Amino acid sequence: MSESPATHFTQPLQKTPFHERARALSQVDSFIAWAGYTTVDVFTTAEQEYFAIRNACTLYDLTPMVKYRIAGRDALAYLNRLVTRDVAKLKPDRVAYCVWCNDAGHLIDDGTIFRLGESQYRLCTAERQIDWLLDSSIGFDVEISEVTEQVAALSLQGPTSCAVLKAAGLQGVEKLRMFEIGHFALQGRALTVSRTGFTGDLGYELWMEPEQAEEIWDALMAAGRSRGIRAIGSQALNIARIEAGFLSPNVDFVSAEHTIRTGRDRSPLELGLGWLVDFEKGHFTGRRALKNELQRGPRRRLVGLDIAGNKPAHNALLYADERGRREVGSVSSAVWSPTCKRNIALAMVDAPHFKIGATVWAEIYLSRELVWERRMSRALVVERPFFAPERRRATPPADT
Amino acid sequence: MATPASARYDSIVIGAGHNGLVCAALLARTGRSVLVLEASAQVGGAAVTREFAPGFRVSAGAHLLHLMPADLKGELKLEAHGLEWAAQRLETTALLADAPPLKLDQGAAAQTGLSAADTQAYAKYSARMRRFAAALAPLFARPPPRLGTTAWGDRLALLSIGWQIRRLGRRDMRELLRIGGMNVYDLLQEHFESAALKGALGFDAVLGANFGVRSPGTVLTLLYRLAAESAAGNAGFSQPRGGMGALCNALAQAAQAAGAVIRTGAKVNGILVEDDRAGGVVLESGERAFARNVISNADPKTTFLELLGARHLDTGFVRRVKHLRARGLAAKLHLALNRAPRFTGLTESAQRGRLLVAPSLEHIERAYNHAKYGEVSAAPAMEVTVPSMNDSALAPPGQHVLSAIVQYAPYALKEGWESGRQRLVGAALETLERAAPGLRDSVIAAELLTPADMEQEFRISGGHWHHVDLAFDQILMVRPVPGAAQYSTPVDGLYLCGAGCHPGGGVMGVAGRNAALQVLRTSP
Repeated sequence: MSESPATHFTQPLQKTPFHERARALSQVDSFIAWAGYTTVDVFTTAEQEYFAIRNACTLYDLTPMVKYRIAGRDALAYLNRLVTRDVAKLKPDRVAYCVWCNDAGHLIDDGTIFRLGESQYRLCTAERQIDWLLDSSIGFDVEISEVTEQVAALSLQGPTSCAVLKAAGLQGVEKLRMFEIGHFALQGRALTVSRTGFTGDLGYELWMEPEQAEEIWDALMAAGRSRGIRAIGSQALNIARIEAGFLSPNVDFVSAEHTIRTGRDRSPLELGLGWLVDFEKGHFTGRRALKNELQRGPRRRLVGLDIAGNKPAHNALLYADERGRREVGSVSSAVWSPTCKRNIALAMVDAPHFKIGATVWAEIYLSRELVWERRMSRALVVERPFFAPERRRATPPADT
Repeated sequence: MATPASARYDSIVIGAGHNGLVCAALLARTGRSVLVLEASAQVGGAAVTREFAPGFRVSAGAHLLHLMPADLKGELKLEAHGLEWAAQRLETTALLADAPPLKLDQGAAAQTGLSAADTQAYAKYSARMRRFAAALAPLFARPPPRLGTTAWGDRLALLSIGWQIRRLGRRDMRELLRIGGMNVYDLLQEHFESAALKGALGFDAVLGANFGVRSPGTVLTLLYRLAAESAAGNAGFSQPRGGMGALCNALAQAAQAAGAVIRTGAKVNGILVEDDRAGGVVLESGERAFARNVISNADPKTTFLELLGARHLDTGFVRRVKHLRARGLAAKLHLALNRAPRFTGLTESAQRGRLLVAPSLEHIERAYNHAKYGEVSAAPAMEVTVPSMNDSALAPPGQHVLSAIVQYAPYALKEGWESGRQRLVGAALETLERAAPGLRDSVIAAELLTPADMEQEFRISGGHWHHVDLAFDQILMVRPVPGAAQYSTPVDGLYLCGAGCHPGGGVMGVAGRNAALQVLRTSP
């Protein structure tokens, strides 16, 4: 939190503990606002940074990720009522991806739950949620506090990331399985490492006290020099996350707490996250609505598209026919996948066109030196993720 | 504790308040097995008659009956089950500080003590309000329609409300829509000169409500009350022999005669949920009772947040329940008098009736000002009855009981009720002394039930006699909250039947009847 609530507005964007390091490496001075912090969009070029994710190793400042500490006698019961997944199955030192809904079964946000102790958890989210979290705590013996500023975080992602951590002295880090948490020391500083990430690749997220942030950044950079380590910004990460098929809030869905127009909310079933919904675990917010939706059958679904040509189908409307007479959806995220060499997209598609193998048509507009052309490109509904290398789950990871 | 296999009922009703008893009786009459569980030693909830000083008995909550529909009383054959009337069609009289009392009689062509203009205006005003009330009255007889559904039942119900209002004719409809959102102060200022008349009429808009006469929406609360009276057949105020408890005893007898089992001293601690369905209750003793349906006569906050528990509900729903405005603002004063009170200028029949201490709109608003800031009113507004005048068994021979609703008495009093109690009793006695000189010296014992006391004694969260404030955002299809406004709740098998539901409290019994209809419809 700001030192004085009365003056916080004088500094609209806060600096993360890694800011000075990031500024020193920034070559194009491209910063963006993220959850109240200024963070790097691009250090050099997005392509260069992207290839480091897939071929070497990257550091990404994750500090603005909103973090809540949830503890107390009813912490588990509370979380199980909050999210759609069965948190009772989450063992200590494990992480689970989860979503939570409003009463209508519409998504409020997605995030990760870290089980840090017997009844102590950390919830990481994209958006601030304290209002919903506190309202959800009525009737539960649980303490909820935001710890975003108390915890600095870095994401170390890429095929050489495990080797870099080992070189930095984190013995045994190679034993961490996906979604496992380990506790290490780096140059005498406590460091919590989780094998998690937003790239769909081998990678880790590192959690530390803000005072130690710069030292740990320096140690990782030194240890990774021979393994191609590079600081990256949000643009490169966005390419990787689309390849991995991950959703981005406010891009692929809008929180049900923020939508104004009816019909703009999305349920986890519509977003292809039905695997996160456990109807057998007992009651959770939105359960009755989701059960009804399940019986009714889905009206639309988020799918992956493989689109002809090489022009990303940004914001394209989708049609059932090539002549564009029947609209059946729209694209929310699109990118040319440099690794898959495919023109991929995430899109919301109406029933029944969302079945794997179905064909829809994407209306893509191209600017050819300020002369606009409209192109109807054939788009195939395909499985997600688009890119899922074996190395992301191999334990121990190959020593590269 | 082991439960015998036979102890599985069709329906369990939590709480033997008047609504719970009505609901139980109507369900039992269809042949269903019904168990009523009441925490207190006697039935009635807040509608009980109880001793407050040796030999002096009084209706602890509402002291006059005016909202229970005649057809409901007939349907349950309450008179065959022991209900007798101590008095019916009681008069209403406004007590004034330095003028003769004002008798309020809507039907009379000529009022005494009013100017010619006021007399004429009063007749016109009363007739028009009665027409409005009659148009709105059908709303009370059924579960409120849901908004935004495509169900024909809901659409028809909404259409019929529209039709009832349209049928008033262009002038009346326009007037209804004009005044619907106004405050009662402005409305009465438009019509009348007499401060006394305005005070007396305005008091009905705020009796039992968290409002002053200048609060927005008080014309609506007035129309609502008049519509409820209209739905009840405009039978006026009556007093059951033996107090309000006698009415509930008759209701209990009707329920038992129909086959319902009533257990008193059986406090329910929780509602059992299995597979997302309410299937029974657990008592304080640890005993469990099982049923297909659980119907709660308890207030919504107690039902959802305590008996059921937030973990069986969605966050948004819990938030709505938590935010319900449900803090009482009315206290009940009971006085044991060693002789009959003598109100200056009152006729014998007026003394037996309903007496109002609301000499002007300003008096009520000033009394409310204190309450806004967590203080008791320095000069409260009151509804006073002397029930022993009509029913001598309530007090020892020659002695009397005075029962008064005293406003305003905020639930969360800033100074605390320890000292606030004395202050409010003192203020009320001072007011009564002015209207009936010598009354103070005749007081043998006094009891003040504050909202905090009512919360304790009647287990109503907030101590509000309607359980939940009656206000524009807490009536009809949003009462108590969206998602539970048709007596059924988000949890299958769990129903509400108390004053927190449409159409509210006030010993109406309609919530209990509508709830029974909903159970019969949705759980055949």
